[in-house]
Amino acid sequence: MLATAIIVFREVLEAALIIGIVLAATRGVVKRGAWVSAGAVAGLAGAGLVALFADVISTAVAGAGQEVFNASILFFAVIMLGWHNVWMGRHGRELAQQMNAMGQAVKEGERPMHMLAVVVGIAVLREGSEVVLFLYGIATAQQDQGGHMLAGGVFGLMSGAAVGLMMYLGLLRISSKYLFRVTSWLITLLAAGMAAQAAGFLVQADLLPAIVPTVWNTSAILSQNSIPGRLLQTLIGYTDHPTGTQLLFYVVTLVSIAWLMRAFGGAPTRKTACVA
Amino acid sequence: MAVFLATTAYPLQAKDLPTFNLSVKDGKFAPEKVEIPAGQKFKLVVKNEGSGTEEFESSDLNREKLITPGASVVIFIGPLKAGTYGFYGEFHPQTARGQIIAK
Repeated sequence: MLATAIIVFREVLEAALIIGIVLAATRGVVKRGAWVSAGAVAGLAGAGLVALFADVISTAVAGAGQEVFNASILFFAVIMLGWHNVWMGRHGRELAQQMNAMGQAVKEGERPMHMLAVVVGIAVLREGSEVVLFLYGIATAQQDQGGHMLAGGVFGLMSGAAVGLMMYLGLLRISSKYLFRVTSWLITLLAAGMAAQAAGFLVQADLLPAIVPTVWNTSAILSQNSIPGRLLQTLIGYTDHPTGTQLLFYVVTLVSIAWLMRAFGGAPTRKTACVA
Repeated sequence: MAVFLATTAYPLQAKDLPTFNLSVKDGKFAPEKVEIPAGQKFKLVVKNEGSGTEEFESSDLNREKLITPGASVVIFIGPLKAGTYGFYGEFHPQTARGQIIAK
């Protein structure tokens, strides 16, 4: 039972952290709960479908289907996160400045919550499909009794959700003055980590060269396989021995989002400040 | 973008690589030790002969790939420096353990 719980926990962790960050980043947004829930439910449905068609996905693209599929949805999530950040750069400070108005766009639900809902959905889909395949595997092999397996799965799920909740509550302790800045950076790092992970899949499938096989190796200090390593992997994209390609994708994503936020994010704020 | 890469880059080098076979069945790899030449890229073909899905995972090698029952997957690895690299089955982490030894 414990083994089941640990495996499920490790899978759930990433999605739970992402949901925690998204909820913190959207504090005060109307209907954000509905958006995030919709994303999670769609992700669960997608996870079932991906698990069901795991064979088909795996054999697609000359056997590189899994890698191409994972890389594609990860890149899509990266674009959604980047887009959201740029949008928030344009409107966020304006919102923070006009507390009374609390942002027309937010009230009218213009804020691109759908992008974050997609990101939540993708996170749930990726991790959820593995949980489904794993639990289905034990259920058919009957190595573990059904009740124990279910209890282990639920315990793992709850533990993962608890970490996500701690992330959320921890972020909420940050003063609202800085919360937007902190969550923007978290989302940028999350996106960079996802881009590096996507690059890793393409290297694995031999669709991209590794450039440098191992840029550094810190697995002896902090293994990405440990729970703290896993947490950092999700949060900032920590990899204990990245390839040159992963590092390149990481840096390019980080710099691009930061640059886009600066280039397209600053202007409306200044305009608003002048008008005010 | 990924699809574009898939169609353009894929046929380049996949063919002539040395191939090593591995099977996994109900939480056990066979063989559990695979010797491969160091400094050379290779293909690892993992066949799942068990009844449940397994995930080939190796943090030493930065690889993870699901293998559904009855299926074989190809994982490109290396070139590796001489040394020992652990891998395991994510769904049976206690029993499904193996090593790639690069010489």
